[in-house]
Amino acid sequence: MTLLIDILSWACIIGGSFFMVVSAIGIVRFPDFWSRLHAASVGDSGGMILLIAGMCLQSGLTLITVKLIAIGIFLFITGPTATHAVANAALVTGWRPKTGKGLIAEENIPYGDAKPTRQGR
Amino acid sequence: MEHHLILRVVTKLLVGTIILFAFYVQFHGDFSPGGGFQAGVIMAVAFILYGLVFGLDAVQQVFPPWIVHKLVALGVLVYAGTGIWNMVLGYEFLHYGSLNPHHMSHGQHTGIIWVEAGVGITVTGVMIAIFYAFAGRAPRLGDDDW
Repeated sequence: MTLLIDILSWACIIGGSFFMVVSAIGIVRFPDFWSRLHAASVGDSGGMILLIAGMCLQSGLTLITVKLIAIGIFLFITGPTATHAVANAALVTGWRPKTGKGLIAEENIPYGDAKPTRQGR
Repeated sequence: MEHHLILRVVTKLLVGTIILFAFYVQFHGDFSPGGGFQAGVIMAVAFILYGLVFGLDAVQQVFPPWIVHKLVALGVLVYAGTGIWNMVLGYEFLHYGSLNPHHMSHGQHTGIIWVEAGVGITVTGVMIAIFYAFAGRAPRLGDDDW
């Protein structure tokens, strides 16, 4: 039983570390702000859940597990919210995602280019 | 539909929890990592988050600047007052044991709680005052631009 829990928890921790490393590589390598933000946000959330699940399995039924779950819940709420705020601010100040050759930019999106911003850019 | 709907909902969820956590760090400071400085910063973060999302006017209705400026001085007064009170009781400055001369260790617990309360009040006040000072300047991006 102990062996099973150890194997499960280490699988979770290694999986979570893998997500984190992949998201870090994505932040460095991706071409523009939006895809980098996507890598940071999704990779962090997924890796964080797996890491906390692994640590919960390691600590067993103790107060530490309760605290870890609380941390997980708050990170799960605040992480995507922060990403939303950053992406929203970038969109409003006039940044647009890079588009490929075959792709057509979306028309009539809210807060689009038609509306001038004081910031310019 | 409000533009910042997600931020507003999440902020309403979080502000109370952040204040509760600040009090946890404040009063748990003599058992575990934490204490007045960290608790003060966490407490200030709750108000700064509220101010960032709901606007400076909303947070200044909750926490007017004149109260903030008084709090900055009040915390130092509590801290130094504890030390002076120890001197009044006939011991050195900040010799907490004098608060309960028969059980010095109990007196030290009481004294640490008072001193940490002073530090927490001052740090909360200073952090919020810095935020007010910066946020009080005119924004480059008005509310109508969102």
